[in-house]
Amino acid sequence: MSEPIIKLTQLTKKYGEHTAVDRLDLQIQRGEVFGLLGPNGAGKSTTILMILGLTEPTSGKAVACGLDSTRYPMEVKKRVGYLPDDVGFYEDRSGLDNLVYTARLNRIPVTEAHRRAWELLERVGLKEVGHKKTGTYSRGMRQRLGLADVLIKQPEVIILDEPTLGIDPEGVRELLELIHRLSREEGITVLISSHHLHQMQQICDRVGLFVRGKLLAEGDLATLAARLFIQEQITIELGMETDNPESILEQIRAFPDVIRVEQSGEYYVIGCSRDLTNDLSHAVINSGAILTHLNRRQFGLDEIYHRYFEGGETHAGDRQAEKAMANT
Amino acid sequence: MQVIVKLRRLWPIRKSRKDVGDDVAEGRDQTILHPFWVMVEKEASDLVRSWRSIILLALMTLTCFGSLYTAIQTIQSVDPTSDELKSFVFLRLFTLSDGTLPSFITFVGFLGPLIGLGLGFDAINTERNKGTLSRLMSQPIHRDYVISSKFLAALMIIAVMFLSLGFVVMGMGLWSIGIPPSPEEFLRMVLFLLLSIVYVAFWLNLSILFSVRMKQAATSALSGIAIWIFFTIFYGMISNMLGSAFYPGETAAVSEQIGYQHLMLFLERLSPNYLFNEATTTLLVPSVRSLGPLTTEQLYFSIPNTPLPLGQSLLLVWPQVTCLIAATAICFGISYRLFMRQEIRSRS
Repeated sequence: MSEPIIKLTQLTKKYGEHTAVDRLDLQIQRGEVFGLLGPNGAGKSTTILMILGLTEPTSGKAVACGLDSTRYPMEVKKRVGYLPDDVGFYEDRSGLDNLVYTARLNRIPVTEAHRRAWELLERVGLKEVGHKKTGTYSRGMRQRLGLADVLIKQPEVIILDEPTLGIDPEGVRELLELIHRLSREEGITVLISSHHLHQMQQICDRVGLFVRGKLLAEGDLATLAARLFIQEQITIELGMETDNPESILEQIRAFPDVIRVEQSGEYYVIGCSRDLTNDLSHAVINSGAILTHLNRRQFGLDEIYHRYFEGGETHAGDRQAEKAMANT
Repeated sequence: MQVIVKLRRLWPIRKSRKDVGDDVAEGRDQTILHPFWVMVEKEASDLVRSWRSIILLALMTLTCFGSLYTAIQTIQSVDPTSDELKSFVFLRLFTLSDGTLPSFITFVGFLGPLIGLGLGFDAINTERNKGTLSRLMSQPIHRDYVISSKFLAALMIIAVMFLSLGFVVMGMGLWSIGIPPSPEEFLRMVLFLLLSIVYVAFWLNLSILFSVRMKQAATSALSGIAIWIFFTIFYGMISNMLGSAFYPGETAAVSEQIGYQHLMLFLERLSPNYLFNEATTTLLVPSVRSLGPLTTEQLYFSIPNTPLPLGQSLLLVWPQVTCLIAATAICFGISYRLFMRQEIRSRS
């Protein structure tokens, strides 16, 4: 395996008594999309600040692009783009001006800066409003402008802190698609922090679960699931019209991969260790019933997340609190 | 000396495109400003565009012309053969008043702080609250560029404002009274303008300090104004009160009287306004020969009513000027240190 582009070793940050990040070890490979997941206040932002060299770690080391972030913050900041959570722009300047300003801070000549700025504005779909003041932009537009702002210095790594916060679902979809495309087309390494599990699921190659300054688990979804000892990978929602549901359910329960069958409202929820959609529909139709609803739910990250807390914590109070945090 | 070398290094250097990076296409040479100067440029243009600098400029212009008008009126009403107009007529444009409107130097002493406070009170906290500070800090720039560029940009605006207003007053005066200034008068006026810039820079730094310390722009503006009001209105009262408490009585020995005078001067000189007033008065009224008490012995052999030469006036105000510069530097140092130690987080 090649040298990781971001490498954190025993990274620790303490604020007085409070430990925000606790002996964190993490490696991110070039070109991958890594999701840092955790509830608010888990230490995600602090970790990001340490990677950028904006905050000094109490102990441990953060290396980005082969450079020690604490010792060479300028070099790191040249190569790493950072989109802060709830990014702000100079409101009485146009989107274009804001981008050009960032470019010039990165020593890009003015004409080149203008060229790149227009190119990026087009890319993030803000070309029509490029000359408008950013004070008039909506939140989704600000985040997209933020993405352009991060990209204008042509970084090797981009770090996005809660990029989807406060955007409507359509905006989130567009933004995630944009990020995904960027990482694929340009080969940019992306580190996203978020507490929105479903969104991360859509674009991340790997995710790390981050709670109270500690990385609980990392890996792709399958690995994570396996690591957390959860056999029930897939849930299927089934709806049918029949006089005798019990006999069909009996058949379903007989499948070797089915773990549980429950009724929830008008549907039946079937948990299984592999995809049984086909077998289930056959079973229903062959017994003469009408299949009204069949929905496969992929194993969700929030379920992993949830389950981890259900099984992994000892204090009931803490568990409740964290569950609440995970749900927000 | 080191500062000069450092500034020199920061100054825009012409670089060919090739130096910048391979990704930039080959082409004609292009000037690339150092990021620090890009920031200064941006801050300065922000200030110039903002409403408050327009308001402050309007205020200063109004007072300028108001005081110029009264000064000209007074000069014209005075008997042309009188002693008052014998020497340094031109300087009186800045110092004379007929009692209805204060003179130019009084106005500058009073409004200068407001300009300084107005240009700096939201320097850092607005960036923080708008979420632009963390974005800015993630660019490859040193942290102190943020605070230094803001200071330098505001200082440039102040310098331009004062120098141009000062020269406008001189020009108008020349036009209306018809007596050209002597080289010494001109030098004295330029020195006065420079001193005013230093004085305003002190207030500017104080307000930048508040903007680093206070989270809200309104709080920092209010703190700045509170200090301004304290020094312009209350400080005189307080030092008078203390003065009457320490007064040794008319029958006290001369040494005690002098000690008392020194104490009073010391108290008053703690106020930057007083320092500024002393310094400007000495510069613009050449007949001022001392800023402290003089004994009769010290006045032996002196020719009454003769103005001091410029060098001597300068020597007289040197401590005041040094104090003002030192106060400015201290404020900047504290805000610099505070800012360097602060954690940059988004909108907090």
